[in-house]
Amino acid sequence: MNGAMNRRGEHDRPWGARLIVLVPYLWLATFFLLPFLIVVKISLSHTAIAQPPYTPVFEPAAGWESLKKFFSALSFENYAFLGSDWLYLASYLKSLEVAAGSTLLLLLIGFPLAYGMARAPRRWQPVVFVLVVLPFWTSFLIRIYAWINILQRDGLLNQLLLALRIVDTPPAWLSTDTAVYIGIVYSYLPFMVLPIYATLERMDETLIEAAADLGCPNWKAFWLVTLPLSRPGVIAGALLCFIPIVGEFVIPDLLGSSQTMMIGQTLWTEFFGNKDWPVASAVAVVLLCLLVVPIVIYQQMETRDLAGGR
Amino acid sequence: MRRASWFNVGSVALGLAFLYLPIVILVIYSFNASRLVTVWGGWSTRWYVELLADRAMLESAWVTLRIALLSATAATVLGTLAAIALVRLGRFRGRLLFSGMVYAPLVMPEVITGLALLLLFVAVDIDRGFWTISIAHTTLITCFVTVVVQSRLLTFDTSLEEAAMNLGCPPLKTFLTVTLPLIAPALASGWMLAFTLSLDDLVVASFTTGPGATTLPIRIYSEVRLGVKPEINAICSILIAIVATGIAGASLLAKFHDVGRGGIGGLAAR
Repeated sequence: MNGAMNRRGEHDRPWGARLIVLVPYLWLATFFLLPFLIVVKISLSHTAIAQPPYTPVFEPAAGWESLKKFFSALSFENYAFLGSDWLYLASYLKSLEVAAGSTLLLLLIGFPLAYGMARAPRRWQPVVFVLVVLPFWTSFLIRIYAWINILQRDGLLNQLLLALRIVDTPPAWLSTDTAVYIGIVYSYLPFMVLPIYATLERMDETLIEAAADLGCPNWKAFWLVTLPLSRPGVIAGALLCFIPIVGEFVIPDLLGSSQTMMIGQTLWTEFFGNKDWPVASAVAVVLLCLLVVPIVIYQQMETRDLAGGR
Repeated sequence: MRRASWFNVGSVALGLAFLYLPIVILVIYSFNASRLVTVWGGWSTRWYVELLADRAMLESAWVTLRIALLSATAATVLGTLAAIALVRLGRFRGRLLFSGMVYAPLVMPEVITGLALLLLFVAVDIDRGFWTISIAHTTLITCFVTVVVQSRLLTFDTSLEEAAMNLGCPPLKTFLTVTLPLIAPALASGWMLAFTLSLDDLVVASFTTGPGATTLPIRIYSEVRLGVKPEINAICSILIAIVATGIAGASLLAKFHDVGRGGIGGLAAR
């Protein structure tokens, strides 16, 4: 870390410095960390339909005995229930499959776009950059809604296909996995493009020139120089897309079929439809366990970036 | 010397077409005179007129706007403090947990955050509605402000601050008169990003809402589930127009490039 800053932080403004950390610290501990502990606790409670408080009740005031009683009363019945019902496993698998598939698609579409942006003439780069970022600022929901306009049975896509005589009968696009993939790729594209663009833009172009001077063909220089150097951006982009897509709710709900639900939808129905809060909490805890590895990798990258000071 | 190769121009053009075509189609169809959303019946503004008479929709818009203003402002304060703590304070006790809590909401699936916050609100038994959504949104969007401000602080020339301190300026005054004006553009774009994210959020708001606080996304979502309607095309087009104007306005205040960078670009620039 930077020693000069550190020193100043310590002896010049101890109180100010402490306050700077404390305010966001307390906020996040109260509204981010604590809620997760509650989720874990409720996931270990006995199933009761929409009837808080759930047993066992945690009473720290009642002393050690009650604490022991509290822990012995916790049960794993909700987790056993998740394991016993094929529906939940299918949901988790479906989510992982969709997330992996669409992350791959995003890479295939996002990399050429990022590459084209980074290799655009300097003058044009800011314009292209803003054009790619701008759709991100418009509402997520609106962008998904825009696709319903296009994909519905008598929508523009089918009108076009019929007019061009590519198909005779209009195929159903909505309520299919294809629609879900389209929606996800469309919504998450900036998250994939921008980290890759950032690494490609920073790349030292003389390396490519050196490769060319030494007789390396273009494609080989791309494979041996550009691609390895863009790896941090590719990994960051992939994680930034993969993790939230696993828990995605809106896109599969509006564009997908109701046959195999993604886990975000399952959690939502468990909570709002069946009103079974303990099971919904267990679903969330398991989902979090699935995502903990990629999240930690992502945080490591962020922290390392910070320590390196770019 | 850079030449724009056909492959590069082509991939950028295709990418942009993919990003913009659906939005353009949506806006065009909002001016469709026909009630059937798939049949073109000529240009008309009737859906916009009908929208103005829809009191429930206007009510939702007003609630959404108030929540977004409040939570974006709170998130900017919290996020800036967090960014300063992470960049400037070096090691402090609990730093690992702190940075974990700061970055996790960036990628945490919204269904989990929403559920967790709701269970907290139920546990402490407070009335759900305007305030709970605002608290939830503040928590959700603080990390984005942190990332934006942080990337500004990392590229920041600290010699100006040191000069002020060497000349006897007290730390708080240095912060207010030197540091704050220098990072102000990042604060502005962080605030704008936070504001749009709050306007946009459906999942967390659905979990933490209560009677009387139906935000615009919640209303749009419940209508959209029933199918495409011309009124929805109109309200969506209005929202797109507001966002586009906001970005254009901000670009007049700051350099366009910086605004884009400050937004999601902050994520990329890391």
